[in-house]
Amino acid sequence: MDMASHAATLNIALVGNPNCGKTALFNQLTGSHQKVANYAGVTVERKEGLCQTPNGSKLRIVDLPGAYSLDAVSPDEKVTRDVLRGCYPGEREPDVMVCVVDATNLRLHLRFVLELMTLNRPMIIALNMMDNAQKQGLDINVAELERQLGVPVVETVAIKRQGTDVLLNALQTSQWITPEVAPISLDERHQRVRELLGTVLRRQPEKQRLDEQLDAVLLHPFIGLVVLATILFFMFQAVFAWAAPLMDGIVGGVETLGALVTAPFPEDSAIHSLLSDGIFAGLGNVLVFLPQILILFLFILVLEESGYLPRAAYLLDRLMFSAGLTGRAFIPLLSSFACAIPGIMATRSIQDPRDRLTTILVAPLMTCSARLPVYTLLIAAFIPKQTVAGLFNLQGLVLFSLYFFGIASALIVAYIMKFMRRDKSEHALLLELPAYRMPNIRDLIFGLTERGKIFLKRVGGIIFALTVILWVLSSFPSPPADFTGSAIDYSLAGRIGHFLAIIFAPLGFNWQICIALVPGMAAREVAVSALGTVYAMSGSEDAVAEQLGQLISQQWSLPTALSLLTWFVFAPQCISTLAVIKRETNSWKTMTFAAGYLFALAYFASMGVYQLSLYLIS
Amino acid sequence: MTLADLQKGQWTQVLNVTDAYEQDPIAHRLRELGFVAGESVSVIAKGILGGNPLVVKIGDTRFALRKKEAQRVLVEQVK
Repeated sequence: MDMASHAATLNIALVGNPNCGKTALFNQLTGSHQKVANYAGVTVERKEGLCQTPNGSKLRIVDLPGAYSLDAVSPDEKVTRDVLRGCYPGEREPDVMVCVVDATNLRLHLRFVLELMTLNRPMIIALNMMDNAQKQGLDINVAELERQLGVPVVETVAIKRQGTDVLLNALQTSQWITPEVAPISLDERHQRVRELLGTVLRRQPEKQRLDEQLDAVLLHPFIGLVVLATILFFMFQAVFAWAAPLMDGIVGGVETLGALVTAPFPEDSAIHSLLSDGIFAGLGNVLVFLPQILILFLFILVLEESGYLPRAAYLLDRLMFSAGLTGRAFIPLLSSFACAIPGIMATRSIQDPRDRLTTILVAPLMTCSARLPVYTLLIAAFIPKQTVAGLFNLQGLVLFSLYFFGIASALIVAYIMKFMRRDKSEHALLLELPAYRMPNIRDLIFGLTERGKIFLKRVGGIIFALTVILWVLSSFPSPPADFTGSAIDYSLAGRIGHFLAIIFAPLGFNWQICIALVPGMAAREVAVSALGTVYAMSGSEDAVAEQLGQLISQQWSLPTALSLLTWFVFAPQCISTLAVIKRETNSWKTMTFAAGYLFALAYFASMGVYQLSLYLIS
Repeated sequence: MTLADLQKGQWTQVLNVTDAYEQDPIAHRLRELGFVAGESVSVIAKGILGGNPLVVKIGDTRFALRKKEAQRVLVEQVK
């Protein structure tokens, strides 16, 4: 790549309404040559990619956030507006705008195009989803549209490989068309669009409108909710059923690998311990989450790509709004059942900052996959394998009620926050329900790998680092030869644990539990392996869990177990979550508040459960 | 009558969008999205117990609106 062609890299901005298929188009054009980050100073996603035209010229493409108008109402729209005007700090002014338009919804999308034309910048219009338009019997006179607008118009089908060829050819030109249009009022825009459509659009007698038929069922106040509940039920079943063998495989694989690597070192040496209990344990702790997270996200992505999720948001809005949230919080909260980190990041799609903050603050209460090993251990050890009412498994019921407990507390906390809010002005829903479409496999795989990478980089890094740090805390100072307890008892982590035992006495936590909670800050499920270490158990994870289950069922009281379960429902035993809260809100104050209220909730709820169950048993 | 008063399946025309208060950003956004005089609009779905929120179709686009948002849109029957 010589200097001349590098200097000629054109800056292209992809701009359009939400739901115009811009992202699919961006993916098609840039493939894997993408870079995702944030715009400086805000938590709005910035996507940039490189693309090469057939004749070799290089294009730098930025996928701007979807916007309905330059009259911005949300942080996303403000970014789009400012970048297009060339006044966003640190952002290059785009050389060319590619305005992406949903061909099946010209009436809405052309309005923005007309507004964009008043920026008097070189532009090309990409008439996207032409395949859908054809299916719906829409006949668009593209040549006439181009003539009337005075700007090149190309047809694209972003989901097909050759669907962007025409666009790429058009982008090779060195002669850009710059509209010279005076500012135009909203009413004038509406009028102009109506005129345009009158001349360029012809509707054929409507071919089967699948959308309307689907909506008749899926938006039905009763049937719609039943369908949603069924979909969710199936999703969660599948997540557990499919993830379990994968997780076992990962755990086994990491253990085998660890054994291989540590084989040359003597078993009680520090380096053996560092490798096996620090590094490989850290690696295992991170990777074991992936199956559940990826499977749940696969489902969420399919629902999102198909156009169903905004409809689910609509169905749940009434309930969520009365609790102080919004229907839009459905996706972030659903994602939080896998892991609160991508869930909290997903709150970017919530425009109202108050709704967004509330959702971020209650996301950690959703029962994430890391809580399950703790729940499983305690339930297996303390809840008898009985059937209730001849139908329900008692252990299953308790697990279900823990899930329910988490959701209910989230709604209550959101409700309280609604009351405490200072800014009581109206919240808007105003949610567009896009047309239904077949999810595109390539985009699904893309979205999945993106989320996987984000998880591994953000969370993986923290969990891994913390596991190693906590290994250090748990191994040093090492006990003298005549010490009778387990090594961890003597270490720094042990001393912290013993100190904590005083504070947690009213909750029924013994010092072993308190010690385990310290490394448990890296990730909730680390608390289980930490307990194993405290009780000086060794062996594979499964073996430890089984021995542990037997031991605690004998040594701990039922009230203690119940109180520990309650603790894990609320306590933010996950530094990664707190770190993401800080990142997404840009505020130490918010992060501290979240940690504070969650720990306080955990403390008093556990204390209540412990004292109450003690009282009931005696 | 307002959009919030309509039954499912009723076809009407928009008269205008009223501001609920001074410089109402929601009303402004509704106008930008196409709720302008003459556009045909219908209700596709209503929530249980009072129709909040509801789904309307304006032009070729579907929007889910809360009752307070829909109440800003004045409509009249199509002859």
